[in-house]
Amino acid sequence: LYDIADALAAAGRLVLSGDSALIGIVTLSLGVSLTAVLLASVLGLPFGAALAVLRFPGRHAAVVGVNALMGLPPVVAGLIVYLFLSRAGPLGGLGLLFTPAAMVIAQTVLVTPIVAAITRQVVEDLWREYGELYIFDGVGTPRIIASLLWLGRFSLLTAVLAGVGRAVAEVGAILIVGGNIAGVTRTMTTAITLETGRGDLGLALGLGIILVTLILLINATAHVIGAVAKRAAT
Amino acid sequence: MMRLAQRFVAGWLLALAIAFPAAAQEQFITVASTTSTEESGLFDHLFPAFAKKSGIRVRVIAIGTGQALKIGERGDADVVFVHDRPAELAFVERGYGVDRHEVMYNDFILVGPSRDPAHIGGGKGIVAALQKIAEAKAPFVSRSDDSGTNKAELRFWQEAGIDPKAAGQGWYRDTGSGMGSTLNTSAAMDGYAICDRGTWLNFKNRQNLKIVVEGDRRLFNQYGVMLVNPSKYPHVKQELGRTFIRWLISPEGQQTIADYKINGEQLFFPNAEGERS
Repeated sequence: LYDIADALAAAGRLVLSGDSALIGIVTLSLGVSLTAVLLASVLGLPFGAALAVLRFPGRHAAVVGVNALMGLPPVVAGLIVYLFLSRAGPLGGLGLLFTPAAMVIAQTVLVTPIVAAITRQVVEDLWREYGELYIFDGVGTPRIIASLLWLGRFSLLTAVLAGVGRAVAEVGAILIVGGNIAGVTRTMTTAITLETGRGDLGLALGLGIILVTLILLINATAHVIGAVAKRAAT
Repeated sequence: MMRLAQRFVAGWLLALAIAFPAAAQEQFITVASTTSTEESGLFDHLFPAFAKKSGIRVRVIAIGTGQALKIGERGDADVVFVHDRPAELAFVERGYGVDRHEVMYNDFILVGPSRDPAHIGGGKGIVAALQKIAEAKAPFVSRSDDSGTNKAELRFWQEAGIDPKAAGQGWYRDTGSGMGSTLNTSAAMDGYAICDRGTWLNFKNRQNLKIVVEGDRRLFNQYGVMLVNPSKYPHVKQELGRTFIRWLISPEGQQTIADYKINGEQLFFPNAEGERS
């Protein structure tokens, strides 16, 4: 069995040394994933809410489709984005392959369905509860959606956090479209993959511990912000 | 509220600027290469030296040779640096690559558990060793990822007159992954594996694994470099790519390769023939 204490020591050493490569990797990881979540929220929140409020033929199929896409394997998302961005592909002229932008695109593809699906559920419950009031007041659909999203903002934080978790943790998509280039597209998860390949399991696990700690910090921060905002709102 | 939002956006853009260092003004080439060279640590030694000399940064995508050539074929890299001579020649032949040069070599080794369940007992013969593994039905872990190492391994099996995919029921395991992952698997299941010496020397999770066979002339492992054909893909950074290739085969580049050592042991042996135009 590999010594967990070794890994903890490796993690401690890395953090304390303030290694510039590590700082670069951490900021890139967070930069890519948080940007992807931001984009996914801009797309997924209104889309999910619209799916909850609007009634149109094929709506059930759309709901099932979005729910199913939550399970889209990262490596498949990566492969699809790769084929689009490749020089031989339709968007090859942009020259985005093997850049952080490509990783943002791939993670946005992964995260948007998660945000949309959870939003749809949250907003649908609110709509069931308050829908009649809106109809009675004759409010237009865009304003209903905006209003319901605001009403559900504390629950929707969970949707966004689920997206953050998915984005920060995945490696399959960014490995393909980013290429794990040192100093350019190497993130926490692709670095862990590389160190595992080098057989340096202590260092790999050490990086893993740092990653998990970061995810914990993000969630704790979100929780505190949510609690403070909730108290202010009531 | 509005001002807060503006500040938030401004802060975000600042964070992005830090996270994605402005690479626009920096000269770089993209090189598709192999996991074995990356995992051996050679690139961390070689490319900074080149960048210092030329101001050109090298961005490496490290994957199997087969996939690296595929990336070149799609025009997604400027230079391909791999180790599978027949496949490289075919790549050039089909018009995807130009300016191919041999750069360096090292060798493959057979590693296996120290208790040696196939009773190979050392020696040089890779073909005889594989026959013994098949006879003993001892676990053998294969890359099976179309990499240069994997292609070499399949050639050895062919010479041994064994089709491991047909005969290897229960003992021939294909991992479909990189060299390091395959070694991790071999270490965990006490299996044999063909590995390049560079990755082996830099590999830290050996457990019971040791070198079983080395020194057979069949185990020779040649690395070659080539430019992705700019007349097929006009965006290929022809000039920078050629500068890189020239440097690799120059006396200075060759010496830098020779200087890379782990515990005093040289990992790659330069053997470029210099300019052949």
